[in-house]
Amino acid sequence: MKKLFGVLLSVVMMVGCVGCGTGSGASDVPDEITIGFAGTLSGENALVGEYQKNAIKVVENELAANDGCIEIMGKKVKVNIALEDTEAKPDICANVYRKFVDEYKAVAIVGPNESSCALAAGPIAQEAEVPNVTIFATNDEVTKVGDYVFRACYLDPFQGKVAATFAYDDLEAKTAAVLFSNADAYSKYLKDAFVEGFEARGGEVVAIEEYAGADVKDFNAQLVNISTKDPEVLFLPNQVGELPLQIKQARGMGIESTLLGGDSWDLTTLVDVAGKDMVEGACYVAPFSSSDTSEAARAWVKAYHEIAGENPGSHATLAYEALHIVLGALESLETYDGSSLKDAIYATNMDLPSGNVTMDEQGNPKKNAVILKYKDGIGEYVATVEAE
Amino acid sequence: MKNNKKTIKKEYICFIAVYLLLYLLHYVGIISNYMFQVIMLAGVNIIMTLSLNLVNGITGLFSLGHAGFMAIGAYIAAIVTTTVLPMLGISAKNFASEFIFLIAILIGGGIAAFGGFLIARPTLKVRGDYLAIITLGFGEVIRSVIRLIEYVGGPRGMIGIPKLANFTWIFVVLLLTVYVSRNFITSTYGRACLAIRENEIAAEAMGTDARHYKTIAFTLSAFMAGVAGALFAHLLMFISPDNFAYSKSSDLLVYLYTGGVGTITGSVVGAFLMTILPEFLRFMEDWRLVIYALVLLYTIIFKPYGIAGNRELKFLGIHTYAEKKERNWKMRIMKLFAKKGGNGHERFRG
Repeated sequence: MKKLFGVLLSVVMMVGCVGCGTGSGASDVPDEITIGFAGTLSGENALVGEYQKNAIKVVENELAANDGCIEIMGKKVKVNIALEDTEAKPDICANVYRKFVDEYKAVAIVGPNESSCALAAGPIAQEAEVPNVTIFATNDEVTKVGDYVFRACYLDPFQGKVAATFAYDDLEAKTAAVLFSNADAYSKYLKDAFVEGFEARGGEVVAIEEYAGADVKDFNAQLVNISTKDPEVLFLPNQVGELPLQIKQARGMGIESTLLGGDSWDLTTLVDVAGKDMVEGACYVAPFSSSDTSEAARAWVKAYHEIAGENPGSHATLAYEALHIVLGALESLETYDGSSLKDAIYATNMDLPSGNVTMDEQGNPKKNAVILKYKDGIGEYVATVEAE
Repeated sequence: MKNNKKTIKKEYICFIAVYLLLYLLHYVGIISNYMFQVIMLAGVNIIMTLSLNLVNGITGLFSLGHAGFMAIGAYIAAIVTTTVLPMLGISAKNFASEFIFLIAILIGGGIAAFGGFLIARPTLKVRGDYLAIITLGFGEVIRSVIRLIEYVGGPRGMIGIPKLANFTWIFVVLLLTVYVSRNFITSTYGRACLAIRENEIAAEAMGTDARHYKTIAFTLSAFMAGVAGALFAHLLMFISPDNFAYSKSSDLLVYLYTGGVGTITGSVVGAFLMTILPEFLRFMEDWRLVIYALVLLYTIIFKPYGIAGNRELKFLGIHTYAEKKERNWKMRIMKLFAKKGGNGHERFRG
């Protein structure tokens, strides 16, 4: 018994000594931290996962220049980024969040990409007081879950409004038509905001046609109705899987309207599948233009190009920005806990590839949108629309 | 016979032991919240698979729309709790909320059962593939209708559902589902359903009203699915129409056929393993779903009766064909020994 006690005592003392060794002011900051990244690696939006992986690689390379460390309260801390797959399913995403919180003891969570996943998993982050920066969850309810939930993208209504403003002011269109998916919240909210914004400016929405989700492959019935009204602008706020067919069928039917889209258009696959000449002249709203000349943007485009061999689209850019919002907040910490990290994210004021980003009191970023126009298969910069 | 009359059976002690073990392991922290959440999701999936087993396994119908019944149960129960709780001013932590949750589950299950009855009456006239297509269509109709209802959030989904489902709820409901399934299968109704599965014409020739029994099985199954949906909604605290897409129904089929179609044991084992497996395989990263699919292929090709292999756990008291065959084999082997050297004992005594 005495022996056992002795062994125990020496163990306790050794542990105590190790603790003393590194305790230079910031004893509660660990040597190593993990940021959870809930990515979409499989399922309907598996392609997005590839962009996210590349973005993570860029961030890891940046960290590697500093031995994989960042400085938190004067202490070098190694940063790990743990990537887990949500399959774009809300229940799986909730599992992933629990895993981040309980097994990885993540300091913050980045992702997911879908609003439905973010809505299902957000309460878990909120309850555990782990700040959560969602990437592309554009639905306005997402950040209302609680004060620990943020997002890196702008909201659906903002995007729809930007598209409406651009159509009326810059394209000088007086009539517009919309084809949207009633199965998809993203599509529906963009449509609502566009119609509201366009009519508020004095334009006329001559046709609103809907279809029921990604399984629909034939849009001719809806497009015939649109073509008889001959609108100047055709707004297609739909997912990238559905867009190529819509564009081809619309053009095939002889609809000459200027095509207009949301940020879902900002994927290179759209051009690959639909064809360069089909999307020629189409305009879309995007969070970021790769021809942006700011310092942060150029560095990001260069770093991404080295890894992926192509210019970054909005998915990669937002994943990168979400990670940087978290890293920036970690570096500016003064006390090390979840609540101060949350406050630090609210205080974000950074120059990121898409411009200067600050957070409002709801956890939504104030950032500009750009309008891009497809020319020869590449989205070219047309205009910047300021955040409100 | 004497054994059956005992009030405390061995399996009851087993259930309590399993419950306490899981609960304690979680309490001490050996099972993390994450694993606990996966186990609870598995529990809900088991209830769903048991429900599907009644239709696909016992009655021999092929339903592809069970996610639709689950959706009805989930949404109705969520509407009940989200309106009644604030109305009475009861917080989700209050004990009274458990009672309201029970009522919500029953209403959710009841309306799902009513939906099952409505769909069963006119459609059970058709058989096989045609029925599969009709149920598939039904599931999609439910989902599309929910999308149009702004009150429950439309395509965005319903948020702010209180977290009322916990491990205890799911465990108890799961056990009840197992016993209801068992009693149904061993009752005259269940036997009629089995007869219809094996040969509908022969069953009708013997005076079994096939349509009547099919409707009963379908309605009961829809009720269970609704209950599972109610638990699912209050476990995840968020439901969206896409949770109950066609892919959910096909997931359930995978659970059922991997475990062993037509058996309660198979449904439980299949749903549990196939829910846990993709989470367990997370360390494989990109290869995760490939391995999952390979496991599935292996089971279907080399174990056509599923993991349970058309056997039931003893306590259920259901004797399947496989067990009878096994018993026959044992008898034959014993007879063989008996012929060679008396009753066997003498032979080895040397």
